[in-house]
Amino acid sequence: MRLSEFAPLRQFLSRRRFLFTGLAAGGGLLPAASAAETTGPMHGAHGGAHEGRNSVVGSVDHDRNGFDPHEMLTDWEVGTVSQTDDGRTVREYNITAVDREIEIAPGVFFPAWTYNGRVPGPSLRASEGDLIRIKFANAGTHTHTMHFHGIHSARMDGVPGAGEVAPGDSFTYEFEAAPFGCHLYHCHSFPLKRHLHKGLYGAFIVDPDPARHLEYADVAQSRLLGSPDNARWQEFVMVMNGFDTNFDEENEFYAVNSIAFAYQDKPVRIEKERPVRIYLVNITEFDPINSFHLHANFFDYYDHGTTLTPTLKTVDTVMQCQAQRGIIEFSFADHEPGLYMFHAHQAEFAELGWMAHFEVV
Amino acid sequence: MRLTGLIVPAALIAALVAAFLAWQPFSSITGDVPPVEELAVELTRLDASGIHVSVRAAGSLPMEVAQVQVDGAYRTFTIEPEGPIGYLGTAAVHIPYPWVTGDTHHLNIVTATGTTFEHEIAVAIATPETGGTTILTLLLIGLFVGIIPVAIGFAFYPAIQSFGEAGRNFAMALTLGLLLFLLVDTMGEALEVAEAAVGGLKADLLVWMSAAVTCLGLLAWGRRSGEPPRGAELALFIAIGIGIHNLGEGLVIGASIATGEVALASFLVLGFALHNVTEGIAISAPMRKERLTLLTLFWLALIAGGPAMLGTLAGAYATTPLWTALAFGIGAGAITQVVIEVGGLLWRTGADGAPQWRSAASMSGFVCGVAVMYVTAFIVHG
Repeated sequence: MRLSEFAPLRQFLSRRRFLFTGLAAGGGLLPAASAAETTGPMHGAHGGAHEGRNSVVGSVDHDRNGFDPHEMLTDWEVGTVSQTDDGRTVREYNITAVDREIEIAPGVFFPAWTYNGRVPGPSLRASEGDLIRIKFANAGTHTHTMHFHGIHSARMDGVPGAGEVAPGDSFTYEFEAAPFGCHLYHCHSFPLKRHLHKGLYGAFIVDPDPARHLEYADVAQSRLLGSPDNARWQEFVMVMNGFDTNFDEENEFYAVNSIAFAYQDKPVRIEKERPVRIYLVNITEFDPINSFHLHANFFDYYDHGTTLTPTLKTVDTVMQCQAQRGIIEFSFADHEPGLYMFHAHQAEFAELGWMAHFEVV
Repeated sequence: MRLTGLIVPAALIAALVAAFLAWQPFSSITGDVPPVEELAVELTRLDASGIHVSVRAAGSLPMEVAQVQVDGAYRTFTIEPEGPIGYLGTAAVHIPYPWVTGDTHHLNIVTATGTTFEHEIAVAIATPETGGTTILTLLLIGLFVGIIPVAIGFAFYPAIQSFGEAGRNFAMALTLGLLLFLLVDTMGEALEVAEAAVGGLKADLLVWMSAAVTCLGLLAWGRRSGEPPRGAELALFIAIGIGIHNLGEGLVIGASIATGEVALASFLVLGFALHNVTEGIAISAPMRKERLTLLTLFWLALIAGGPAMLGTLAGAYATTPLWTALAFGIGAGAITQVVIEVGGLLWRTGADGAPQWRSAASMSGFVCGVAVMYVTAFIVHG
């Protein structure tokens, strides 16, 4: 006989399940805001305490890592700015490749290769037409490059034979910031998969020059970092990545900006009156695509960010292959305050760390 | 005995260890490599509060269970004791989880280094609770698998008693066939279970060594008077060997019930029972000339079959692969002893002047013994 079919045990199980269902239904009647206040974001409407939660246990020491996923959302690296004699803006960036062990989930350490000690690397930001000068030093143990997705000469491509830097050496990449959009850079040394999933990648954002796009000057103005129009927006950079901690060519952890469940445990704060713009980059290795899904709202999407009108209008899910990226724009102005989920809509990635909340206030 | 003679070698060994630890002569090659980690799930319990596993670690450094996945999703969990698990240490991991009866669930334990250890719960079934009904059921299964079939096997005893020399040779060779089959089967099970134990425990070596020690010990004890055991005494040794084997069988059955690896249907218990009737025949065979009381038969049945009851009980609640492997190893050793003794009886010269093992009766008996075990094994695993 099957011992699980003992009547007393079966009754016990079904009674517990009934109780749980009842509690969950009751919780659903509460407004989202008060649910968040009483139970906190970690115990939101999803998952009862006694059935456990889909989450990691513990917390990551961001100080030891030297980077914080919440600060990473907005810490643009604009470089050291100067002008050429003919009035052109020059931006100089200093990037160093270093080997570094980082904590990618509470208590889980990954022997990463990093740009400037962080994964993803600094979010480099420039304006269309700026002269970009990147002084790249390799303090790591393997050869590395910085390969930019942008327009540049063969000599500046950041591949073996053109800007590949041996340990202890350095190289300066120089090119014009073009085209405007949401781009990325990454190491292009071989074996490529290893150099990518070890952590050598970052966002590269080129703001449009309003003077060059008169028909959509207001849109361009709103994207131009430092402009009053731009200040109204809440801009975030989100690099979708994963970590293969046991080196079996499958990711054990997924995240945006490296730390699994970071924005689930501590939501990304949004002021409802201000529009939101996300620079979304997918650099996930081993999986063909990744995706971004927003709850309870729809957004406009600008693939690669290279247009000033949306390439997809009014969608709530967008998918990207590796190195695909784009700009997401939406507003919560007409919503009630509360917790709004966003996550990969591959449930597998979501449950392995790419799960997050906006806290709309 | 001069204990002082041991002091010098002991001191030399201690000096070697101390020098090695202080000097670390091979640090230039071992360098900064990550630790070697190994982890095995030894016990699994499923109840209304979730999934509970006991893990044993064998890392070159203490290992930390950092995160736990169930079915490819990170889940909240607690671990006792908290902190790193030392070499061959254990910890209990509790995962609140709405597991699904009858489904397969996969655990994936992630350590601090990002190394992963997978464990499959083949068929999720609630671990029997330690209530009176459950214990009675487990004991009943043990009774059906152990004592009852052996007792039924004894019913062949009057027939064996009436045999002449050829019939006796047939019965003994049949017994030898049964025992050899059991020996191979027990060793196979022992080594299979040993693989589930964490490598640092060297469970496979333990199987071979415990078998060898048990066999030698029983051989020496059986021949303490200088003569090999005969008649009722040989029957007792066969009962002991089979009994220890049945303890192992019981442990496996009990653990299978607990973890749901085998949805133990009634007919499967019946299969075990039919298979084990042959054990009663094996015990009866050497007692052809004895006048036996029912009480003696009762004790023999208890010795040979009773351990199955203990096994199902222990297996359902408390066994680990190491202990099960050890039980099978000891069982294999005990069976080897009786294989040697029964074989010795058949080795002697018969009334016709030829060695008995070469007779047609012996040959056919041996083949019948192996064949019967092989065929009834189908029922067990079918």
